[in-house]
Amino acid sequence: MPCVGDWLNSPLGIVQGIFAQNVPNSDWEKKVTEYFKEKLKENNATNWVPSLNDVPVHYLKPNSLVKFRCMVQDMFDPEFYMGVYETVDPNTNARVLHFGKYRDVAECGPQQEIDLNSSQTVTSERQTFYCVPVPGESAWVKEISFLTEPAYVSASQARVSPSTSYTPSRHKRSYEEDEDMDLHPSKQKEQHMGKSCCCGSDIHGCVEPKRLETEASAGHHVISPNCSPPLDLNFPLPGEKGPACLVKVYENWESFKVNDVLEVFGVLSVDPVLSIVNSEERDSSTLDPMECMDTAEEQRVHSPPASLVPRIHVILAQKLQHINPLLPACLNEEESKTCDCSALLPVVSNFMSELSPVRAELLGFLTHALLGDSLAAEYLILHLISTVYARRDVLPLGKFTVNLSGCPRNSAFTEHLYRLIQQLVPASYHLRMSIESMNHSRFIPHKDYTANRLVSGLLQLASHTSLVIDETQLEQGQLDTAGVHNVTALGNLITWQKVDYDFNYHRMEFPCNINVLITSEGRSLLPSDCQVHLQPQIIPPNMEEYMSSLLTAVLPSVLNKFRIYLSLLRLLDYSISDEVTKAVEEDFVEMRKNNPESVTADDLHKMLLVARFLSLSAGQTTLSRERWLRAKQLEALRKARLQQQQSVNGNEL
Amino acid sequence: MSSPASTPSRRRGKRGRGSNPPTPQDARSPPSQKRRTDDSTSTGDLQPMPTSPPADVQSPGAADALFSSPPQFRHSAIPLDFDISSPLTYGTPSSRVEGTPRSGVRGTPVRQRPDLGSVRKARQVDLHSDGVAEDIVATEQSLGQRLVIWGTDVNVASCKEKFQRFLQRFIDPLDKEDEDIGLDLNEPRYMQRLHEINMVGEPFLNVNCDHLRSFDENLYRQLICYPQEVIPTFDMAANEIFFDRYPDSILEHQIQVRPYNALKTRNMRNLNPEDIDQLITISGMVIRSSQLIPEMQEAFFRCQVCAFTTRVEIDRGRIAEPSVCKNCNTTHSMALIHNRSMFSDKQMIKLQESPEDMPAGQTPHTVALFAHNDLVDKVQPGDRVNVTGIYRAVPIRVNPRVSSVNSVYKTHIDVIHYRKTDSKRLHYVDEETEQKRFTEERVELLKELSKKADIYERLALALAPSIYEHEDIKKGILLQLFGGSRKDFTHTGRGNFRAEINILLCGDPGTSKSQLLQYVYNLVPRGQYTSGKGSSAVGLTAYVMKDPETRQLVLQTGALVLSDNGICCIDEFDKMNESTRSVLHEVMEQQTLSIAKAGIICQLNARASILAAANPIESQWNPKKTTIENIQLPHTLLSRFDLIFLMLDPRDEAYDRRLARHLVSLYYQTEEKMEEEYMDMAVLRDYIAYARGYVNPRLGEEASQALIEAYVDMRKIGSGKGMVSAYPRQLESLIRLAEAHAKVRFSEKVETVDVEEAKRLHREALKQSATDPRTGIVDISILTTGMSATARKRKEELAQALRKLIQSKGKTPSLKYQQLLDDLRAQSDTAITKEMFEEALRALADEDFLTVTGKTVRLL
Repeated sequence: MPCVGDWLNSPLGIVQGIFAQNVPNSDWEKKVTEYFKEKLKENNATNWVPSLNDVPVHYLKPNSLVKFRCMVQDMFDPEFYMGVYETVDPNTNARVLHFGKYRDVAECGPQQEIDLNSSQTVTSERQTFYCVPVPGESAWVKEISFLTEPAYVSASQARVSPSTSYTPSRHKRSYEEDEDMDLHPSKQKEQHMGKSCCCGSDIHGCVEPKRLETEASAGHHVISPNCSPPLDLNFPLPGEKGPACLVKVYENWESFKVNDVLEVFGVLSVDPVLSIVNSEERDSSTLDPMECMDTAEEQRVHSPPASLVPRIHVILAQKLQHINPLLPACLNEEESKTCDCSALLPVVSNFMSELSPVRAELLGFLTHALLGDSLAAEYLILHLISTVYARRDVLPLGKFTVNLSGCPRNSAFTEHLYRLIQQLVPASYHLRMSIESMNHSRFIPHKDYTANRLVSGLLQLASHTSLVIDETQLEQGQLDTAGVHNVTALGNLITWQKVDYDFNYHRMEFPCNINVLITSEGRSLLPSDCQVHLQPQIIPPNMEEYMSSLLTAVLPSVLNKFRIYLSLLRLLDYSISDEVTKAVEEDFVEMRKNNPESVTADDLHKMLLVARFLSLSAGQTTLSRERWLRAKQLEALRKARLQQQQSVNGNEL
Repeated sequence: MSSPASTPSRRRGKRGRGSNPPTPQDARSPPSQKRRTDDSTSTGDLQPMPTSPPADVQSPGAADALFSSPPQFRHSAIPLDFDISSPLTYGTPSSRVEGTPRSGVRGTPVRQRPDLGSVRKARQVDLHSDGVAEDIVATEQSLGQRLVIWGTDVNVASCKEKFQRFLQRFIDPLDKEDEDIGLDLNEPRYMQRLHEINMVGEPFLNVNCDHLRSFDENLYRQLICYPQEVIPTFDMAANEIFFDRYPDSILEHQIQVRPYNALKTRNMRNLNPEDIDQLITISGMVIRSSQLIPEMQEAFFRCQVCAFTTRVEIDRGRIAEPSVCKNCNTTHSMALIHNRSMFSDKQMIKLQESPEDMPAGQTPHTVALFAHNDLVDKVQPGDRVNVTGIYRAVPIRVNPRVSSVNSVYKTHIDVIHYRKTDSKRLHYVDEETEQKRFTEERVELLKELSKKADIYERLALALAPSIYEHEDIKKGILLQLFGGSRKDFTHTGRGNFRAEINILLCGDPGTSKSQLLQYVYNLVPRGQYTSGKGSSAVGLTAYVMKDPETRQLVLQTGALVLSDNGICCIDEFDKMNESTRSVLHEVMEQQTLSIAKAGIICQLNARASILAAANPIESQWNPKKTTIENIQLPHTLLSRFDLIFLMLDPRDEAYDRRLARHLVSLYYQTEEKMEEEYMDMAVLRDYIAYARGYVNPRLGEEASQALIEAYVDMRKIGSGKGMVSAYPRQLESLIRLAEAHAKVRFSEKVETVDVEEAKRLHREALKQSATDPRTGIVDISILTTGMSATARKRKEELAQALRKLIQSKGKTPSLKYQQLLDDLRAQSDTAITKEMFEEALRALADEDFLTVTGKTVRLL
């Protein structure tokens, strides 16, 4: 493979080369980033880079180029390091300049010493982020992105396969299938585009259902076996696995925020010296007051053993708008103007052209999933494509929390519903509410001042994560202080789309963008934007069987279309023309005239939201009169159902 | 011989120098390298520039030779007073041993300054001469001008002289700092300070860098860039002046100068490698402090064989144990004698960025501080402080046996001065910090804004733009944000008058009350947001907690105390339980909180404005009932609200139309448009902060008249119908509102316009909340007594009717309850509920007319 050159295996060698060429002036740093940017732009080049998400750390070569898709969980203090340093050979007095960028340890030869006082030394600054894999990332995301790295995987298959669950034969088969079953010409262009959409949609072939099934029960598949240490890796969600990573950022770190999802390309550093450093320091701390400034806990957290928490020295980093591997990484946002994504737009428009059949199919699928309730399915689609698109002073616009009430209690319906949703969205979490879980789990991230880190909580989630709250399991009982705080936090999350992180002496607000779906029997105790009462048409005797057959019935290619559909539509822009504004106005006034009680400002809010997502779900970026009427109709249906429900069992509200 | 004063090099013999050409030092030079690193150079190779290191290689041997005999060198080569003026010897252990002439004579010992890193000693180089050292000595008079400390452009003599001039002459009559109490502003300020030192005996001289800057820009720059050299020079200067003036004074140790308020860096986030070894001031919050660490400054060794003793200074945290006794040449015979070694106190403190400085969406940074000697234990976790100190970066050696080095430096700040920023917060308004925030342009802009005729409307519109209309409510909240003027009547025994305006919003659910609260909470710097449902009395007030570490009882403050000088937003006010609400009584009128718990009895200030929102008890507002009946809050509490607004859904076509348009626009407007709104929020915030900080309007003559009239009018309205429609509380409310409105205009005087608006708003709020639904008349007694006058009258009438009814029945000793009710109903032309009937019965029972036992009514 020609392009898997030195820049993949020994990026530092490349850097050294550039450094040596340009040493007197300081623009070597810029040249390095440019070089790698160029390299990664090449055909599918990003796919050649092994990903830390998929490959266990111990199979990756130290100091090689890796990529990592992750969420910034915490930000540590900036570090000053030796950007350039000089070594001296005490015997010959020969002096050599080195660069310290992209490295943890300032290295020098056996006969050399570092001259700490050299005038050539340049001190630079870098920022460390503590990153974890995207919390709640669906198994299919991991799988597809893993399989889109054909080159690396097959190259290193011999080594990798024994420890992972992927056997070479299986992988090969799916790869062939990919080439055989070329059903979608539109995908070709994506393939051309570097960020890999091609394989995903067709890759599963006939093995797919089987695999999905096992996955549903086994949970996360792609894990590195050595990452279950006593050290708390500080994942937001319990039971998460995967590598946590200290990501060292050299440029533009101000632009990144906590909870941002990043894709970083950088030099993997697992130098065992790093661990030695720490143990040494701890031993000598009694001797040297200079080094005992951090407590043992802080040491442990800020420089954990490199084998558990590898370091990545970032050469290139980009924020991800979404983590759906079926879509190109950057879409029609401002980035496309600058980067080479202009060719992507056809992909999007191609997909848009076949949008309505996809929507129809998805609606059918969800209708079945919701036991034949098409209205609820309609609302579920709207919910799934909702996103906070703006904030007006404190008011988040575009959040659409749905409370699906009337869920059958004993049939594990909610459990199965969540599994279906998990198959559709890139990241999700199922929160089973119970007195126990409310009282004992940690929802709000808080600052641990002894270890000087932000201890994560359930609600530290990346944007666009689907949070499915299951209230059907909740029993009567006493909430303690923690429980009350947790419920309040959930309420705040739903109403204001923000989480107040606890910094002990003060609280700090972190805005978020999380889709919350609440399943409950009656009306939820949590606030919601809209309550849809489920009216099951069929009650399958065996829920388990029913749901799994539902999944099997969907072709993997169709499933992938659903996934693209949901991720893509969320990112579209939207506007309302003056005419329609006028019409809406008239309508509102008219409705109020007849019965002022029936329609409040709140209802108008809801209707506009429904109209927005209804238009978007059909791929329309402006509101039309028809959509508005349809939105009104939907709302009317929903309300009628609620009223009916109220009259059925009188006192329930 | 030119730099004989150079005391032993701290890295003597460690490694030689390469033959690199001297390069100009840029700001990114390594932390410890910028200055005084190359102390191994000897006499002959002085470089003409202070900023670049000499190029030569110094043999380790030469430096060692120098080391052995610094004092002799100094005396032979340099004129007499050089050792006093030289910072090089100042405060170092060796000088203490010998005794500086001055300090020895006066009996005031020198004390080391570990905060300056006494280990590192600089030496001087000649600026102009390239020649041999003897030349310099020869040209004695030029010496003072030409010697600079190596690596800097600091000339000790001139620096000292300038600083002395500063101390002796600096006067800043405009300056008013809170700690200046008792100082004569027209006298040299720091001379008075020295006098104070003489009186009090605390040998620390705090110097405001801002003063120094206005006095001598260059000296200030030197202080910032080379604090390690300049501060000892300042110390000397201060000591000389001090001991000249007060020759008989004996201090604990010599005066140490502590500069503060260096304008270099305010924010932890801005620290970068360029700040290393510079004097910086940053603000933050202490999150952790270590125990006291005794740090060895100087080790004392004694030879086991011949009892020869020697002292070894600490060198970057390490002691070089002498392996050979110099006296008897025995190897490995030197033993450390602990209790004759010198130690200094040291403490490690973690400082975290204050929340205000943090950009949204990022976690706070922390930085380590080292406090020395008497600065140890000066701050506690949780304190907000401004720290002035020297920023340091130290390389970490991975392993003594391995040559590679961790490429990351450890950074910390050696603290020179602490200044707590919030220690006074509980006692009086900390106006100083708020005032400093504005640049002149900003103030100009704000003043410009305040001149606009419609500024009041403008600001009201800018408030929570996403909430539609409700203009009067927004205006009310706006006035609340500004607040009235603080008045102190303590001398007449009435204490402080409340300046804060309290507002209650009640109304239908879903009328964006919570949103309004949330907005206000986000707008004001010291806002707190609680929900009545979730908060207990404890959470609102203060509670005593046992500190898990120290097992010490600590008073933890709750939402109300935390929002002192701010706004406490309480949502779901009606859901708050009785005991919690009762706490508010004190807060809302007296503005204090009394605590008597776990042996702690105290009164905390809680000058919080309260913005509360309440839902009607029946979930929907019942227009047929009074406010009190709708929200079921005790009238004692209600009367403490200056303004009570109803947020109802107006039923009006034009309104609906505008509302619809407004809402629709929300759903397609782009981010950029929203950005504009956001800008407004920042301006609004500054505007309010400025007005609160600077404008303190007083009532004008006309305004007072207008207020009196307004009050009299209000009372008159009621008196005509035999009821009271205003109480002094309402007058106070009016005054506060008028003052706040004057503040909006940045006016120092309350004028009639302000009173007019206050009257209008007050009336508007009353019209909404205090209208008797049965009569349609505004009736203040609904709020003050919880019952409208008509309702009271009706109750009275019913009781009388009942009495008549019973009397008409003749002399029956007892009556059936149900029978009586039915009779009364038949007689009355209005509907009579059971409650009304019972109330009437009770009224009669109170008159001892009858008693009710079970189902029978007995006459007495």
